[in-house]
Amino acid sequence: MLDYVKLLILGLVAVGAAIAANYARDAAYLVHALLIMGAAAITFVVVLRQTDERRKPVSANEYMDGPVKAAAIATAFWGVVGFLAGTFIAFQLAYPVLNFDWAQGYLNFGRLRPLHTSAVIFAFGGNALIAASFYIVQRTSAVRLWGGNTAWFVFWGYQLFIVMAATGYLLGSTQGLEYAEPEWLTDLWLTIVWVAFLAVFMGTLLNRKEPHIYVANWFLLSFIVTVAMLHVVNNLQVPVSLFGSRSVPVMAGVQSAMTQWWYGHNAVGFFLTAGFLGMMYYFIPKQAERPVYSYKLSIIHFWALIFLYIWAGPHHLHYTALPDWASTLGMVFSIVLWMPSWGGMINGLMTLSGAWDKLRTDPVLRMMVTSVAFYGMSTFEGPMMSIRAVNSLSHYTDWTIGHVHSGALGWNGMITFGMLYYLFPKLWNKERLYSLRAVSWHYWLATIGIVLYAASMWVTGIMEGLMWREVDAQGFLVNSFADTVAAKFPMYVVRGLGGVLYLAGALIMAWNLYMTVRKAAVRRDAAFATPAE
Amino acid sequence: MALEGHKKIETNATLLLTLSFLVVTVGGIVEIAPLFYLENTIEDVDGMRPYAPLELAGREIYIREGCYVCHSQMIRPMRDEVERYGHYSLAAESQYDHPFQWGSKRTGPDLARVGGRYSDGWHVDHFTDPQSVVPESVMPSYAYLSDTVLQPSYIVDLMRTHRLVGVPYTDEMLENARADFIQQATDFGDPGVVARYPGAQQRDFDGQPEVTEMDALIAYMQMLGTLVDFSTFSPEQAVASR
Repeated sequence: MLDYVKLLILGLVAVGAAIAANYARDAAYLVHALLIMGAAAITFVVVLRQTDERRKPVSANEYMDGPVKAAAIATAFWGVVGFLAGTFIAFQLAYPVLNFDWAQGYLNFGRLRPLHTSAVIFAFGGNALIAASFYIVQRTSAVRLWGGNTAWFVFWGYQLFIVMAATGYLLGSTQGLEYAEPEWLTDLWLTIVWVAFLAVFMGTLLNRKEPHIYVANWFLLSFIVTVAMLHVVNNLQVPVSLFGSRSVPVMAGVQSAMTQWWYGHNAVGFFLTAGFLGMMYYFIPKQAERPVYSYKLSIIHFWALIFLYIWAGPHHLHYTALPDWASTLGMVFSIVLWMPSWGGMINGLMTLSGAWDKLRTDPVLRMMVTSVAFYGMSTFEGPMMSIRAVNSLSHYTDWTIGHVHSGALGWNGMITFGMLYYLFPKLWNKERLYSLRAVSWHYWLATIGIVLYAASMWVTGIMEGLMWREVDAQGFLVNSFADTVAAKFPMYVVRGLGGVLYLAGALIMAWNLYMTVRKAAVRRDAAFATPAE
Repeated sequence: MALEGHKKIETNATLLLTLSFLVVTVGGIVEIAPLFYLENTIEDVDGMRPYAPLELAGREIYIREGCYVCHSQMIRPMRDEVERYGHYSLAAESQYDHPFQWGSKRTGPDLARVGGRYSDGWHVDHFTDPQSVVPESVMPSYAYLSDTVLQPSYIVDLMRTHRLVGVPYTDEMLENARADFIQQATDFGDPGVVARYPGAQQRDFDGQPEVTEMDALIAYMQMLGTLVDFSTFSPEQAVASR
């Protein structure tokens, strides 16, 4: 019966999307309507083939690892895509001729930059978080994912969101808010997928057989629910037409700016921090085979972090037309935030107590520990840059870009690579990774890449900040803006090379993971069905 | 003790969800909500008006091409910025910007007061081949904007949506929007667009007979930062209210 309802809905969506495509006012909307039509049609066929067939009974004693596997593969795939896009646009800034004349309306920097940021944050990071959430919540609750195939809907729905966002950027569909560029239709779709994500996660927690909810799940749960809140509020918008991609945000000027950076900074705080801390609290103890260092510290870390982070947004708006009281609040909370951040770092690092020797032999653990070290570094740099006096120099410069990348490449990237290296042998029942040597290569390429990236951006950022404000004895500005652009060229090349190294590392990882699935020895004690522990 | 109390939370998923959600709402409520009712948030200044139809279309192109990714529109009140770009930006100047375009990065210079700084011809040359006028520039070429003819097909819908979210477009403005859109990019049109949008600049911006995307974008560039009359603006009052 349920299958017939599904078929009816999918059929209606496919036909509706086809009609919408016919009335489309712009290319992005047309492509999105066709994508939705195609996705609904494919799902229709899949459901149709199962309808009235006898189902293989699902054993409630087995974990549901299909979506975890899929999300782990997608993480590696989107990672490579995102790093490639980033490396390309880094070279566009050094060599503007790479903004090809024949592709002006599609591949100019302004369109590729949101493609890069979204590919890395939402596609690479998002899939990593989906994989981590679904894997961790099952293991720590000792039950199968709640909601049957809803987990598959979350995975495929999220991939559709990514493709809609990416095609939209190339076709010029954006609402002009950084990290929240997708337009209303894509936003609505993500909202539906996200609610399903929350339902699966929460449902599994409610079903759990363990009395206590493990600390990693606190972070993952708060990440899911907070991102839902941020996404909905920052995307309050009115579509111009039901048949066009364009919408007009409800808020303007100061309110728009404040809301955007409340969203923007907490995309960092909850998407890239709370969610990834969930990974840290599960995968580091697992890989190190040691319990989390301090239970008390994790309680303090959790509540302090989620309470304080949400206030930090206005430090992006120092000295702007935002009232001073708001940016002062943002600064104060950003500085206080340093403490819980380092509490978390200490909790992660000290988990290695008694297992430090493993760093010599286990490159996967080395990766995870390095990621926590980068987390510590960028959560020190961040509060420092939020201080008004520092910000007056650093704002609008490449320093900010360097800061973001030491966090994204160092912390998010490295912990995700560590997770993938842990997950692939586990999920595909392999004895071990195909090559630990390749992991070491990846580790060093990535680390040197990050160092080149961050160091070159410190240099250009501080240099251009100082050059902009330099005045001579008569009080005239010394440098024209163009002078500062020219001065940055060598460092832009260095930054691009850093990107090449980081990308090369990720390609090695993709190859290594592929070979692990194809060639690595099967785990001898592997049961065909993984029992719920 | 405290840890015992926490046991209640960590053994009850609903309680954990509810409490963590409550905790994360506080900051936003305290920082965002007052901006809607504190009267000194946005200054009272003369000259601000909604965008004329062609300027609004230009702003759409500005957003579409991701210009905000490299250009800010927010001059901070520091000596070098005021020297380089002009009077520091006021909150009032972006009160009709849905969404704000303050930006966060200056790969290129600030554009908050770029209006009137360069000739239309310079803008055409610069958008067509940025390095021809600024050799050091890393900006991409936007020559294709000159080839794209713009029709005001959906401009009324766009303006009506802006009115819905609070931009004071009048019925008269909406009725004349299509005509104003064309007229503003011609040398000899009806001056109605200037009457409806005080300070609007009316001329053929790109030197081509058709209204192109280049016309719209330059019309937007040339009006940026030109609306507020700083001769009647009192900084003391603004400082006191900030």
